Amino acid sequence: MKKQTKFQGTDTYVATEDLMVAVNAAITLERPLLIKGEPGTGKTVLAHEVAGSIRAPLIEWHIKSTTKAQHGLYEYDAVKRLRDSQLGDERVHEISNYIVRGKLWDAFTAKARPVLLIDEIDKADIEFPNDLLLELDRMEFFVYETQQRIVAKQRPIVIITSNNEKELPDAFLRRCFFHYISFPDENTMRAIIDVHFPDLTGFLVRDALKIFYELRDTPGIKKPPSTSEFLDWLKLLLAEDLPADALRDSDTKKLIPPLHGALLKNEQDVQLFEQLAFIARREKSKT
Amino acid sequence: MFIRFFFELKNAGIPVSLREHLTLLEAMSRNVACYEVTKFYYLSRSALVKDERYLDRFDRVFSQCFQGLEGGSEDIETSLPEEWLAKLAELHLTEEEKAEIERMGGFEKLMETLKKRLEQQKGRHQGGSKWIGTAGTSPYGAYGYNPQGIRIGQDKSRHRRAVKVWDRREYRNLDDTIEIGTRNIKVALRRLRRFTRDGAASELDLPKTIKSTAQNGGYLDIQMVPERRNAVKVLLFLDAGGSMDDHVKVCEELFSAARSEFKNLEFFYFHNCLYEGVWRDNKRRHSESLSTLELLRSYPSDYKVIFVGDATMSPYEITYPGGSVEHWNEEPGGVWMQRLLSAYPSAVWLNPQGRRTWDYYDSIRIMREIMGNRMYSLTIEGLDEAMRAIS
Repeated sequence: MKKQTKFQGTDTYVATEDLMVAVNAAITLERPLLIKGEPGTGKTVLAHEVAGSIRAPLIEWHIKSTTKAQHGLYEYDAVKRLRDSQLGDERVHEISNYIVRGKLWDAFTAKARPVLLIDEIDKADIEFPNDLLLELDRMEFFVYETQQRIVAKQRPIVIITSNNEKELPDAFLRRCFFHYISFPDENTMRAIIDVHFPDLTGFLVRDALKIFYELRDTPGIKKPPSTSEFLDWLKLLLAEDLPADALRDSDTKKLIPPLHGALLKNEQDVQLFEQLAFIARREKSKT
Repeated sequence: MFIRFFFELKNAGIPVSLREHLTLLEAMSRNVACYEVTKFYYLSRSALVKDERYLDRFDRVFSQCFQGLEGGSEDIETSLPEEWLAKLAELHLTEEEKAEIERMGGFEKLMETLKKRLEQQKGRHQGGSKWIGTAGTSPYGAYGYNPQGIRIGQDKSRHRRAVKVWDRREYRNLDDTIEIGTRNIKVALRRLRRFTRDGAASELDLPKTIKSTAQNGGYLDIQMVPERRNAVKVLLFLDAGGSMDDHVKVCEELFSAARSEFKNLEFFYFHNCLYEGVWRDNKRRHSESLSTLELLRSYPSDYKVIFVGDATMSPYEITYPGGSVEHWNEEPGGVWMQRLLSAYPSAVWLNPQGRRTWDYYDSIRIMREIMGNRMYSLTIEGLDEAMRAIS
């Protein structure tokens, strides 16, 4: 039983050691885990993988700018009840027929201990995390309409992701474990590629990695490409069936790497990179 | 347990609380860290640090507090291969530094001394002027100040096995000691909320529905109302001049906070003082400027106006025609300011320049007079006062 509740990364997800410690600490102490990091470093996927690896059901709650904390608990459908009363429906006498359960309620009453993903918490209103403080801390809430207290059967594993669009309140942060997924270094990146494209030839990976990191290091680039974009690009390169040396001679014939659209998503960035590549070529032809 | 570590973190300015410390102790007692130093580092980082800005500071405090702990694993210095040292040194040294090395007796000599010392030195070292370690003045080691110095412990990929993770300081870029984060700015900007209901009716109006249902003889008559929205309208004028370069960071934060807080936000740039034209895009300022007169015509007077600028310039730029540093202006900037202020009664000026220095600049004094003293410093308090003034 003990063995099963430890997260160690999976066949499809490369977890660094510090990430594993953070996840296991959150699981053991039953505290929420807050994950931050650049977009495309696998924050949301983490919840899927944790759920998969400890065989727990996953409940996803995607936050939008209009999401209120109450939506996660329950909603009272007054309009439906009003209509039923007009039609003389029998159900109208029982108020609990009109309470719509939220994701948190689902997580609290799930049969097995679930993983609850609260995705992109920073998208919601600035007060959203504060409104969930008590519920996440004590894992219980009160339904006023039915005078009913909902207490979690077992505390769900809560994983919260944030893209840093808004800063989160201190009181909320105090209750979480925190992990910042930093951008993978080359070795981790190689491991990630191995997991996604096991039969990729070595030199293609090497050349692609070189171009990728050069691109990320380009000064002044607005949105540096992320891991998931790099994987997409590799997929495209494979699908296009380019000749093996296509990536290497790209600096002489073409200015920017083939299929760069998967990596650079900003037209200013593409322009900037073209200019830099042009300058580099001119310097080369001088010498 | 770990009380000293906790207080060291607090002294370093990392916002840690007792609650987080107890969490860490609880995790330790539940054996999450398995008595391994590296795992303890990861665990304490995850429990105590909640913002990537503080990760680097945490690494430094950790390294200070637990520097006696890492015995047992091999020393980083003694395992450096010789050719690698040479290559690393070449990478980091400039031409002048190489000349300095010549002065010390050449590169070979330096390397030889280094190797000798590596053999002598058994433990880790910090400070001091001879041994290899961190933050010292000896030519060997990391983060030191000796121009002949060689950096050790900076390259991550080559010997990651040996260097302690917290000494790698991977999160250095994320550390920015800024006074006000966007959250505080947003909270301050909230003073400017004006909720109104207009637009499409999308919410059920319960009291009205009950009333009209009763009037309808018990038959349901649903009444809807539009959603509550923040209806305040803001014109934001940002100074994009050269002297504002020092304040770019805080202005960016204000801007991003304002953008998400106000749905009706129009922003324009100006240079030093307001003249007959403003622009929306700094790159196309000469081709795509909007005349100020047109701006006055197109936005009604219920807009709130916020200027952001340091107002440090020559007084002529405000008071004389032709005073602008960029172009020939027919009318002085002061006149344009007056025009704008008479069109929009609620207006404030936010000044990122420290309040103490305001009296030393004539231009700030003049601008304050024009603004009717509604100039506030660009800090949380100032922002709060400013929002009060125009709400």
